[in-house]
Amino acid sequence: MYPNIQLNADGKLKHFLSIEGLNQALLTEILDTAASFVNPSDGQIKKVPLLRGKTIVNLFFENSTRTRTTFELAAKRLSADVLNMNITTSSTAKGESLLDTIRNLEAMFVDMFVVRHAISGAAHFIAQQTAPHISVINAGDGQHAHPTQAMLDMFTIRQHKGDFSKLRVAVIGDILHSRVARSEIQALNTLGVAEVRVIAPKTLLPAKVETLGVTVCHDLKQGLADIDVVMMLRLQKERMTSALLPGESEYFKCFGLTEEKLHYAKPDAIVMHPGPINRGVEIDSKVADGKQSVILQQVSNGIAVRMAIMAMAMQHNGASV
Amino acid sequence: MTAIHIQHGRVIDPANNIDRVGDVYIVDGKIAALFAAPEGFHADTVIDATGNIVCAGFIDISTRLRDMGHSRKATFKSETRAAASAGVTTMCLQPDTRPVMDAASIAEYVKDLAEKAGYPQIYPIGALTQKLEGAELSSMLALKQAGCIAVSNANAPVKNLLILRRAMEYAASHDLLYICRPNEFSLSNKGCAHEGAIATRYGLPSIPEAAETIALAESLELAELTGCRVHFGQLSCKLSVIKIHQAKKYGLNVSADVAIHQLHLTESDMIPFDSAYHVLPPLRTEADKKYLRQGLASGTINSLCSDHQPHDLDAKLGAFPETESGVSSLETLLPLMLRLVAQNDITLEQGITALTQQPAQILGLASGALTVGFSADVCVFDPILEWHINSDTWQSRGLNTPFWGQSMTGRVTHTLQAGKVIFSL
Repeated sequence: MYPNIQLNADGKLKHFLSIEGLNQALLTEILDTAASFVNPSDGQIKKVPLLRGKTIVNLFFENSTRTRTTFELAAKRLSADVLNMNITTSSTAKGESLLDTIRNLEAMFVDMFVVRHAISGAAHFIAQQTAPHISVINAGDGQHAHPTQAMLDMFTIRQHKGDFSKLRVAVIGDILHSRVARSEIQALNTLGVAEVRVIAPKTLLPAKVETLGVTVCHDLKQGLADIDVVMMLRLQKERMTSALLPGESEYFKCFGLTEEKLHYAKPDAIVMHPGPINRGVEIDSKVADGKQSVILQQVSNGIAVRMAIMAMAMQHNGASV
Repeated sequence: MTAIHIQHGRVIDPANNIDRVGDVYIVDGKIAALFAAPEGFHADTVIDATGNIVCAGFIDISTRLRDMGHSRKATFKSETRAAASAGVTTMCLQPDTRPVMDAASIAEYVKDLAEKAGYPQIYPIGALTQKLEGAELSSMLALKQAGCIAVSNANAPVKNLLILRRAMEYAASHDLLYICRPNEFSLSNKGCAHEGAIATRYGLPSIPEAAETIALAESLELAELTGCRVHFGQLSCKLSVIKIHQAKKYGLNVSADVAIHQLHLTESDMIPFDSAYHVLPPLRTEADKKYLRQGLASGTINSLCSDHQPHDLDAKLGAFPETESGVSSLETLLPLMLRLVAQNDITLEQGITALTQQPAQILGLASGALTVGFSADVCVFDPILEWHINSDTWQSRGLNTPFWGQSMTGRVTHTLQAGKVIFSL
């Protein structure tokens, strides 16, 4: 059982570490709050004073341009002060422990940490160790979770499909190493989709993957039947050299999404990808840039959704949403 | 002459087929008589064991007491005190000490530290290979002469099967027991949790059962080839129990133990990312736990060990995969054994056998029983006394137990080592 340190005594969001333990109502509240930040006429995102005077630290122990940038933009649109710390080149390189880094930043009167780390459980650990007034947002920990990515994807799906209950969603590619996949699957199941299907060779599926609440398929064409949402995952190049796959070309042949293969899904299926894309490895350019692709909308939606999560997590600290 | 009289306890000594209420008489560090005082006996010390159980002191095949290069985690002084309070009178020390137990001088130094801690019955296990690097044989004969009771490569890999074969042949030449914690490193692949639903959900690097069972199968084949006596330590899966059962039936001279926590905890009990549950081999499934319990009841698994691994707080403070593995477990050995009895998985006699007679037999020690003439290693315990694990009751320097804060049933009241009272509640 996941100890739900994410919610405070009133059941309100305090940390955002994983989708696990959050109910449908709360996920829907995040999506609704995010929608309220978007100007309906032009799709622009308003600047609001919700987190004025608050300090948010982007604590990135792993490189990421897009995630860090959208978090930074989201924080600025909430009028917070933002500090970006790229720890791979900073204190831990000097032998400072994770905990010491956190303690030092705490001493600088920080209100929120946005954490990305290469080890599963790191964000959870930081949330347990920080001072009680500080909120922690998980921006990706090891292979465990990337819950803000999952929520911006849910937001994008809702924009296009409305109701979740009839949707069949395929998650394709490297499920084994993907924190995105784990969070997507939890979010989709919490929001009550009809089916989540994972499509991958056995080498890229974790043990007992069906216990995550998915059906399993090893063939892309078969697996795409009746699918409303196609979620592609990034394939790290180093998977080729670790005997998980024979090579890029065979992978692309079997599991790469092309226009031809996309025809097996429903005609109005949307294509998603958390980025960055490996064109010609997991997805063909024609599909990535095609009319069914919503990949760039996912990026735009990241700002409003991350604003919503940050603002909601700071309610206990005086923010009113 | 010193004489100790343990009165009115329920004496359980499976080795001698004894289970009745009565007295134990100890003279000059040895068991002098049971139930009837030897002639001219006059007690210097009387221990009232009314309502309690009197049995041989426990023998623990797998412990780590830290000290030397790890004294920040624990010391011989702190851990032998914990052992005494847990009824453990004999401990084997895994060879991954710092420095590694691969030279006679280190074994002698450890024996010396044990003496100084007032707890002489510590038997070092010698390193199977130099520096535990798995490449060159250690000086096993010298290690044996310096007091090492067996050899093992602890948790470190042996480079290939040819080296393992040679090491086992050489150990067999000197009649040394090889203690093996089976683990195929290429398969365990820096994992930290059982390869199953929980590791999948939390994205933890995982260890399949096959990492254990393949290594086990290899060592069984080599036991046949080399004639080396092999003891398999800390088994964790169902298939391992089946393989040991088959090997014994086939006639191989092998034995096996299980760490007590493996009989009580599974992957589902893990509080996610709580490093107290980070152990190797990892906590497995309900089916594995059930099979391990059955294996103990049927005798396929010979003995119980604590696999005691005390840690300092820092070692367990971090994101789960980055923390050190291991549980501080001497003090939960008895109550967790009694819990198996309470749950009707083993009898009390079987539990005591697995902590006394069986490990003595595996190690070739003349102990683990209350036989007249044996060294008086005795444990007296109250089988129904409830206590809480907290900083007042806990003796080990390592606070790393998943049972912290919980209530336990069964507590040692007296521990005697060679006729000397080393603990009384």
